[in-house]
Amino acid sequence: MIRFILRRLAQSVPTLLAVITVSFFLMRLAPGGPFDLERPLAPAAMENLRRVYGLDRPLIVQFGSYLASLVQGDLGPSFSFRDRSVLDLIARGLPVSATLGGLALLLAVGLGLGLGIAAALRRGGAVDRLLGIGAALTLSLPSFVVAPLLQIAFGLTLRWLPLSGWGDGAPSHLVLPVITLALPQVGALARLTRASLGEVLRTQPVRTMRSLGLPPLRVTRHALRGALLPVVAYLGPLAASLLTGSVVVETIFGLPGIGRYFVEGALNRDYTLVMGTVLLVAGLVIALNLAADLACAWLDPRLRSAA
Amino acid sequence: MAALVVLVLIALACFVGPDLTGHDPDRAYPDLRQLPAGLAAQPDAAHVGPALQRIAFRMRVRLDAVARDGDTMRLTLASDAGVDRRSLVYLPRSGLFGPPTVLEERDGGRGLVVAVPARRLHFLLGTDVQGRDLLTRCLTAGRVSLAIGLAASLAALLIGVAYGAAAGFLGGVVDAVMMRFVDVLYALPFVFFVILLLVFFRPSLTLMLIAIAAVEWLDMARVVRAQTLSLRERDFVRAARALGVGAPGIIARHIVPNTLGSVAVTATLLVPQVILLESFLSFLGLGVQEPQTSWGVLVADGARAIEAAPHMLAAPALFLIATLVALNLLGDGLADALDPQVG
Repeated sequence: MIRFILRRLAQSVPTLLAVITVSFFLMRLAPGGPFDLERPLAPAAMENLRRVYGLDRPLIVQFGSYLASLVQGDLGPSFSFRDRSVLDLIARGLPVSATLGGLALLLAVGLGLGLGIAAALRRGGAVDRLLGIGAALTLSLPSFVVAPLLQIAFGLTLRWLPLSGWGDGAPSHLVLPVITLALPQVGALARLTRASLGEVLRTQPVRTMRSLGLPPLRVTRHALRGALLPVVAYLGPLAASLLTGSVVVETIFGLPGIGRYFVEGALNRDYTLVMGTVLLVAGLVIALNLAADLACAWLDPRLRSAA
Repeated sequence: MAALVVLVLIALACFVGPDLTGHDPDRAYPDLRQLPAGLAAQPDAAHVGPALQRIAFRMRVRLDAVARDGDTMRLTLASDAGVDRRSLVYLPRSGLFGPPTVLEERDGGRGLVVAVPARRLHFLLGTDVQGRDLLTRCLTAGRVSLAIGLAASLAALLIGVAYGAAAGFLGGVVDAVMMRFVDVLYALPFVFFVILLLVFFRPSLTLMLIAIAAVEWLDMARVVRAQTLSLRERDFVRAARALGVGAPGIIARHIVPNTLGSVAVTATLLVPQVILLESFLSFLGLGVQEPQTSWGVLVADGARAIEAAPHMLAAPALFLIATLVALNLLGDGLADALDPQVG
């Protein structure tokens, strides 16, 4: 098991390296720089700034020194937020994105699994038929349509919830963004669970259990363990994308999360901030995929020997 | 089946519709901004007055009297400096009135009585912030959205099928290396890269097509490879190989045609993803640029004007959602039809 984890971690090194290299050179090739203001700086001041941040050195040297400081756990200073390091900014933005994403994940998994199981147990029942249309509908509702609609309904018309803003994480500020983030995933998870559980319920061992007179609830519990495999595999990347924040949801609801920092950083050519957020997302994707694989191995003994 | 009908209707409407609505998608009526959806002919009583006042102001004349007789307006214009007849072109130029005819001149040119026909315009889905017909704009935007969806999906499909079939058929080390590459790409935060690309280099249709295709071919490659692995051992493939057909020939003649079922399903589900990604990028202002428009652009405009004119969000959002739902349902239906286990 430990060897498996170590091997996967070793495999993730080239991936991370690819992410760093591509985003580093992509950004430096792009026209414009972090100190391009509307009113151009005096050439001498510009030169000083570039020297202080080390931008006057050859690109490959800059890349080397970035890697060197990265190994020491330093993501560098931010170019656009003065006197703040990128780690600082991530430490401020990540809790916001993670709270939203975590709650959205819980909501999506709870509702999605529940609906999926209900639909699989009663093929052609009310839940099943509802899910047929409902899943396709939630998958097709873009968050940038859902968010304004929710704002109008609950923020402007009913005045139950605040329109936007973070409000220091007050629960009332979280409701609408969490629903917006979770909604498309409810349909996806429900559909996946329904298909997977439906398949397991038709297998020989399940039929045997039924014929031996096991109560339906026990049968479902046994079947569910096998049926969860594809769902758990799907949860890895899903959790990563939810936890690191949706750019759109954070923009519409005006939340100070990672996604906002990324877009602002890209627009301001804040090289280090963009690199930091991209690395964070890539790291989370890799870590959560690994966690999902481990969970699959725990659920299915056959995968342990294969790994 | 209903999904297919809806899709064909939307595609047909977007294709021929803009020529049938009677409006140019870029024609702005400054006097008819943010009209709600409705069947009434415009300009109606509520809009004629302010519109005439605005035109009179531009003509530098006073509007002394307005009389309406059916569709013909009788205007009495006056100006101390004399009414310049050339300024009458402002009336038809507003788009709301036909060519004016001078009935009578008064006070030696300082007064003018003009008859001008009011036009009957219909804005079924209302107008946008600049007073452009929303239905026409939704339909022309649909052309762009659907075209991008199809083109990017086709590109992703070609790359994915070729890559997956090659990896699966060649097998061994080649397969391992090729699929490892796909795994690496899967772990990349791709949406972030697309945003980076579009922020740094000026957003353009080609760049967006390339970016979307580069993101979306991975699923297709995996699906095709899995199918190819089992097809490779089938007798007809062995026979072809025994007859001396080379790898490219076998892949093209025997492997790819047999994967088309699952390719069709994956592609049908790919198109809505691509359209969603395109409208997402356009919503952020990184995708389709003015003067071109897409559903994402219109939804973004609508979201900005949502308090004053909710129809501006509702109309393009309905087109977008209807298309996506229909495509998703069609994909589900295809998957069920091709899978003998279900049913």
